[in-house]
Amino acid sequence: MSNLTQIRKAENIARKKRLRILWLCFAVILVVLPLLATKFGLTILTQICVASVFALAYNMLLGQGGMLSFGHAVYFGLGGYASIHLMEYVGTGGAPIPLVLTPIFGGLFGLVAALLIGSFSTRRAGTVFAMISFGIAELVAASAIILVGFFGGEEGMSSDRTMGPSFFGYEMIPQIEVYYFAAVWFFLATFAMYYFSRSPAGRMANAVRDNAERAQFIGYNPQKIRLVSFVASGFFAGIAGGIFAIQYEIVTDSNLNTAASGLVMLQAYIGGIGYFVGPVIGAIVMTLLNTVVSGMTDLWLLYTGLLFIGTVLLAPNGLTGLIMMHTDAYRNGKLSTLVKPYLIGLIPLTASFVGIISLVEMFSHRNEQTVGDDVMPLFFMNIDVSTSEAWIAFTILSLAGIIGLRFTIPMVRTAWHEANEALTLPASPTKQEGAKNE
Amino acid sequence: MLETVIFSLLNGLVYGLLLFLLASGLTLIFSMMGVLNLAHAGFYMLAAYFAYTISLYMGFWFGILLAPLIVGLIGGLVERYGLRQVHQFGHVPELIFTFGVAFLLEEVVQFIWGRDQLAYNKPEILEGALFTLFGADFPIYKMFMLIVSVLIFITLFLVLKHTRIGLIIRAAVGHPQVVGMLGHNVPLIFMVTFGVGTALAGLAGAIAGPVLGTYPGMASGLGGIMFVVVIFGGLGSLGGAFIASIMIGLIQTFAIAIDGSLADVLALAGIIVTEETFMYDIWSTTMPQVAPLIPYLMMVVMLIFRPTGLMGARES
Amino acid sequence: MNNAISLTDLRKSFGQMEIIRGVHLDIKKGERHAIIGPNGAGKSTLFHLISGHYQPSSGSVILNDEEIGGVMPYDIYRKGLARSFQVTNIFPNLTVYENVRCGALWACGHGYSFWQQVENLEDVNLKTEEILEKINLTHRHNVPASLLAYAEQRALEIGITLAGGADVIMLDEPTAGMSIGETEQAVELIRSVTEGKTLVIVEHDMGVVFDLADRISVLVYGEIIATDTPAAIRTNKLVQEAYLGTEVTADA
Repeated sequence: MSNLTQIRKAENIARKKRLRILWLCFAVILVVLPLLATKFGLTILTQICVASVFALAYNMLLGQGGMLSFGHAVYFGLGGYASIHLMEYVGTGGAPIPLVLTPIFGGLFGLVAALLIGSFSTRRAGTVFAMISFGIAELVAASAIILVGFFGGEEGMSSDRTMGPSFFGYEMIPQIEVYYFAAVWFFLATFAMYYFSRSPAGRMANAVRDNAERAQFIGYNPQKIRLVSFVASGFFAGIAGGIFAIQYEIVTDSNLNTAASGLVMLQAYIGGIGYFVGPVIGAIVMTLLNTVVSGMTDLWLLYTGLLFIGTVLLAPNGLTGLIMMHTDAYRNGKLSTLVKPYLIGLIPLTASFVGIISLVEMFSHRNEQTVGDDVMPLFFMNIDVSTSEAWIAFTILSLAGIIGLRFTIPMVRTAWHEANEALTLPASPTKQEGAKNE
Repeated sequence: MLETVIFSLLNGLVYGLLLFLLASGLTLIFSMMGVLNLAHAGFYMLAAYFAYTISLYMGFWFGILLAPLIVGLIGGLVERYGLRQVHQFGHVPELIFTFGVAFLLEEVVQFIWGRDQLAYNKPEILEGALFTLFGADFPIYKMFMLIVSVLIFITLFLVLKHTRIGLIIRAAVGHPQVVGMLGHNVPLIFMVTFGVGTALAGLAGAIAGPVLGTYPGMASGLGGIMFVVVIFGGLGSLGGAFIASIMIGLIQTFAIAIDGSLADVLALAGIIVTEETFMYDIWSTTMPQVAPLIPYLMMVVMLIFRPTGLMGARES
Repeated sequence: MNNAISLTDLRKSFGQMEIIRGVHLDIKKGERHAIIGPNGAGKSTLFHLISGHYQPSSGSVILNDEEIGGVMPYDIYRKGLARSFQVTNIFPNLTVYENVRCGALWACGHGYSFWQQVENLEDVNLKTEEILEKINLTHRHNVPASLLAYAEQRALEIGITLAGGADVIMLDEPTAGMSIGETEQAVELIRSVTEGKTLVIVEHDMGVVFDLADRISVLVYGEIIATDTPAAIRTNKLVQEAYLGTEVTADA
C-alpha cells in the first residue's frame, strides 16, 4: 500500500465527516430559517429554493460540463407545465397522487425533453451548442403561445395545489407548508446533484469540459458524457419547474423563454460557476434583487446587469470565488490581519456606492416623475431632485469615494497577498481556479 | 395575388437587406476575432436612440450620420476595456460577456430614454409614397433603406476585394491565426474591427428606428433573427450572410402575407378539422402565427446537419 | 496471429497532399517498436491514423486481428490501444490525481456511471496511486495539471495513457523537450511500465530509440523504407541516405 493510499483514505474519511456536518448544517438552516421569517420572507425563501435548484441544474452544464446554454429554462418550464397538468389531473379526480410528489413528475418530463433535444444538441460544445440551445428556446417559447392545448397560450396554465390527497396530513395550504415542501425538494435535489458531480460521469464531464479530444483517447465518447450531464440537468431543471408550479399554481411562457434562460445563467455566473455552491449563492443574491430590491427601485434590472458585467470583468470566479480567495489566508491563520484593511477599504467603497446609486436614482426619478413630484425617498432620506444641492452633494460623495478607492485598493491587495503567501505552496490566484470543482 | 407577391418581394428585400447590414458587422467581428457578439442588436438599438436624440437638435440626417459613429466608438471602448479582458479565458466567457453587454444595454436605454416607444420620425422629404401599385403605396423611406443597404453592401464588397485591409479580413475568415502572423498590431485591429462592426449595426439601427419603432424591445426582437442569419449563412461568411439575410427577409414577409393554416390544406384534401380533432392547435395554426418560428427552425435544423452553415468555413 | 498492429497499404491524403503513401507494417505482440524518420515524414499522422484521430483514406489498420480503420478513438481505446500526444494533452483544470484517475475509469469498468462516487471506487484509486508512484508525481497529486512543470506534464501525459492498462501503448515523442536527466528517467519509466506490453514509440532522440526498441521502422515521406533490428537499421544504406548522410548512431 503506497503512502498516498493511506493519505487518501485518511482524507476520504475526514472529507466524509466534513460532508456529513455540512449536510446537517444545510438541513438545520432550511428548517430554522422560516421560523425567523415574515410571511413575505417565507415567499422569498421558497423562491430561493426553486431558483437554487434551477441554478444548480444549470451549472451542471456550464460550470461542470463547459456547455453554455441560452435556453435552459425550456426544461424548467416544460417541467412546470407538466406539473400543472398533473395537478389538474389529480384535482379533477384522475388519480390519487399526493401532490408533494409533483416535482418528480416535472423532473421526468424535463428529462425526456432533454433526452430528445440533447441527443443532437450535445454533439458539439461551444458556440454551436449555445446557438442550438438558443434556437430551441425561441422555438419552444413561440410554440407556447401557439399551442394552447398544452401551454394555455398567453395566459399560461394554472391549477390548484390543494386539491390532491393529503400527504401525511400535509395539504400545502399555508405558505409555511409550501416552504417546507420546497425545502425538502431543494435538499434532495442538491444532495443528488452533488453526488452526481462526484460520480464517474460527473468527473468525466469536467474532463470533457477541459479537453474533449483527450477524453476520447481514454475511452469516453464526449457527446455521451455531455448528453448524460444534459439529461441530468434537464431532470433537475424540471424538478425546479415542478416546485415552482406548486408554489405559484401557474406557469406561463415567461417561465421558459430566453429571458428566463438568461436569468438563470446570470444567477449561476454571479454566484460562481466554478464551485458547487456557487449557483446557490447566485440564486440567493438574485432572488433578493428580484424581490427586495425590485420593491425599492425600478432600476433593479440595471443593477443586476451591472453586477453581472462587474462579475465577468472583475471576479470571473463569482461571489463564491471572492469568498474562496480567503481559504489560504484562513489556513495560514492570518484571516484576522485582513479585517482592518477590509474595513478601511469598505469606507470609500460604500461612499462611492451610495453616491453613484443616488445619482442614478435621482436621474431616473427626474426622468420618470410626474410634474411637481420632486421629492423622493433615498437611503432613509427625502431628497428634492429639483435642487442642485443634492446633486452636488452626491457627486462629491461619489468622487471622494472613487478617489479613496484608488488608495485603498492597493492597500487591500497588499494585505491579501501577505495573508495568502506565507505558506510555501505554489500559491497564486490561478491556484484557486484549478482547485475549484473539488 | 400579384400585388401581394410584388409587395412581399419588395418588403422582404428591404427587411433582408437591413438584416444583412446587421449581419455584416456581426460577421466581420466573428471573422476577425472569433467572437459571436451577442450584444450586436443592442448596439443597433442604441444607435436608434442616439439618432433620435441627435435628430431632435440637429435633424434627421445628422442623426443617421453621427449615431453610427458614436456607437462604433462605444463598441471600440467595450472591446478595449471589456472584451479584451475576458478574451484570454476562451470563447465561452466571451459569449457570456457579450450577453451581459446586451442585457445591460437594454436596461441602460430604458434608464436614459424611458420604457415607451420614442417618436423617432422620418424626415419630411422621405415621407410619402414612391409609387402606387394596384392601389397600394410603396413608401419612399423603404426605398431609402434599400439604397443605403445596397451602398453599404457595395462598399464592403469593394473594400474586401480591393484593399489591403480586405485582404487581411478575407484571410482571417478561414485562418484566424493569420492576422497575428502578418505582424499587425492585433489588439488595435480587434478594437477597430469591433468598432466598425458595431458602427454597421448602428447604421442599421439609425435607419430602421423610424419604421420598425424605437423602443427597448427592438434589440431582442431583431437580435434573434440576426443570429439565425449569420449561423444559417455560415459563421464568418459574408456571402452566406447575404444569401441568408435575403432568404429570411423574404420568408418572413411571405409567411405573413399568406393567410392559411394546415387545416386549410387538409380541407383541400377533403379532411375537415374541427376543434375536437386531435392536436387541433397544430392544424389550426396560421402561417402568420408560425412566421416568427420559421427562422429558428431553419437555424436549428442547419446546426444539426451542417454546423458550418450554408457557406461557413468554421464552427467556432 | 502474432501481430498487435498490422497496417496494409495505409494511405492518408489531405486535399491534394498524400501524407501517408501506402504503409505496410506489422508490429508484433510484446515488442517495443520505434518509428523514426525525418521531420515531416508523417510519423504523427501515422499515429493519428492508428489511434482513430484521423480516418484513413484507404488501406487497413488491424488491431489484434480486428479492423479498426475508421473506428472512433474511444472504441479503439476500448479494444486495448492507448496513446499519448506529442503536444501535451491533459486536463488542465483537474488535479494530477484526477487526470490519472480519469484515465483509469473506463478500464476499471465504470463507464458512464452516475450512481457511484469516485472516492469509493477502490480499484480506480489504487490504480491511480500505482501510476502516480510510477510516474513520480505522488507528491504533486493535488496540484492542478496546468501548474506542473513541463517535464512533469510530459510524465502526466504518459500516466494518463498508461492508467487504463491497455495492451498496446503508443507514445508520441514522450521525451520531447526533456533534459538529459529527465530523458533517462523517462526511458526507465517507459521500460518498466511497458513490460509485457506492446509499445509503439515515435522518437527523435536516437539514444532513446536504440536503447528501448526491439525493432525500428523508418518512415520517409509517408512510406516505410525499412523495418529491422536496431543493429541492422544502423547499417542500412537506405536509411543512411534518407537521413542525408547523417550517421544514425546512439550517442546519447
